[in-house]
Amino acid sequence: MAEYRLTTPLEEKTARELTVGDVVYLSGIIYTARDEAHIHILEDLRKGREVNIPLKGAVIYHCGPILKREDGGWKVIAAGPTTSSRMNPLEPEFIEKMGIKGVIGKGGMSKQVGEALAKHGAVYFSFTGGAAVLAANRIKAVKGVYYEELGMAEAVWVLEVKEFGPLIVGMDAKGNSLYEKVELEVGRNLAKVRHMLGI
Amino acid sequence: MIGKSFVKSVVKDLLKLASIELPSDVKEALRAAYEREVEVLPKMQLKAILDNIELAEKTGTPLCQDTGVHVVYVKLGCVEVEGLEDAIREGVAEATASIPLRPNAVHPLTRKNPGTNVGLKMPYIYIEKIKDSFLEITVMPKGAGSENMSALAMLTPAAGLKGVKEFILQTVIKAGGQPCPPGILGVGIGGTADVAMKLAKEALLRPLGSRNPDPEVAKLEEELLESLNGLGIGPMGLGGKTTLLGVNIEVAYTHTASLPVAVNYQCWAARRATARIYPDGRVEFTSHKGGEKGVG
Repeated sequence: MAEYRLTTPLEEKTARELTVGDVVYLSGIIYTARDEAHIHILEDLRKGREVNIPLKGAVIYHCGPILKREDGGWKVIAAGPTTSSRMNPLEPEFIEKMGIKGVIGKGGMSKQVGEALAKHGAVYFSFTGGAAVLAANRIKAVKGVYYEELGMAEAVWVLEVKEFGPLIVGMDAKGNSLYEKVELEVGRNLAKVRHMLGI
Repeated sequence: MIGKSFVKSVVKDLLKLASIELPSDVKEALRAAYEREVEVLPKMQLKAILDNIELAEKTGTPLCQDTGVHVVYVKLGCVEVEGLEDAIREGVAEATASIPLRPNAVHPLTRKNPGTNVGLKMPYIYIEKIKDSFLEITVMPKGAGSENMSALAMLTPAAGLKGVKEFILQTVIKAGGQPCPPGILGVGIGGTADVAMKLAKEALLRPLGSRNPDPEVAKLEEELLESLNGLGIGPMGLGGKTTLLGVNIEVAYTHTASLPVAVNYQCWAARRATARIYPDGRVEFTSHKGGEKGVG
């Protein structure tokens, strides 16, 4: 288990070096993207519209933040991760088409997403769910917003972060998943738990 | 007469208190979980959770960005209250702008967001009549991450207690790390489909460590808590000893041919706040330690 301080955008080579269980602190730009952003960006691509968000090598963040207007700009109040599994059906295509190298979220993602990570050299980072003030504390500025019409939670916010973390590499580009490991462990514990419950 | 604007101001205070500061029992349970864990990853998750709780309190910021949708529980004693439901709706809208809360409430099909957390039947308000001479309001802002893991099974009597346990077990396994464990399991057993689900959520209003008054049900709560923590899902589903901080069960009589079981999963950010309003203007915030407040 190693600890890294990385800067975005991520290079494929860097992403491929990371292993599940590694602890990462990210600096640079990250983009929030959840349900509606995935849906709309992919739809725009399919319809041949230009998506001019520089997502090549980018790290996206499954997050619907709370922001407040301040001095003509935006201030992030709270910005913890949302449940990543909702993006399972959309993420493989999103990673491939947009050149994403890192996804931050919580709760882990599907096997298909794991395969996409391995194929394109990207990683899934787990951030502590609900730790929204801790996250906001590491967000230094809001640099812009795309798809603002989707509303505060669903818009794509361009966030400048410093030492954003601790992020745990939950799924790496070598096909490993911490969540699968825990799932196997749960499977091994199941007989004992059933016995305790008398079922 | 308890005036409308007074009720509204208490609702706003409740939403602020609930979204920023966890109830004392939840904070204590999370600290105990941190002490219990030994491995690096679960310990790190709980450390982040405890740091976040402290930072939220210090900065007066909502501790989770998912400030939920609002289900409000009212106990209406023998007091006169002016415009109760309007006061709650307006309180939610004003708190959304002033705290601020994330505007979460949307139309389920068009997904249109009015931006106020107020819409058709939202906030959802339950009103129970009681005999005391106060008005009690409880808010329970609950995020979608945990709410989406809710489950209902219409079991039949043949499934029995074993079937109930099996369903709860499978629900916790299926949820895994998604509902932000370590969480609290609210369970409703009996009634009809809707009653079981309502009881499951109401069970979450009970403080951690309290037990159902029925000794058999209390035993089941303890048995489930100890056993399910043996699964090893752990904080955030990254493995560990603490998957659940508590299991609270509520029970209702049911049809002789039915055995409904409902599970309402609560995340570690188990936010709730309760206030009692007396006709003389006194307000008591009973969910948080040191919750006395004078005339508002």
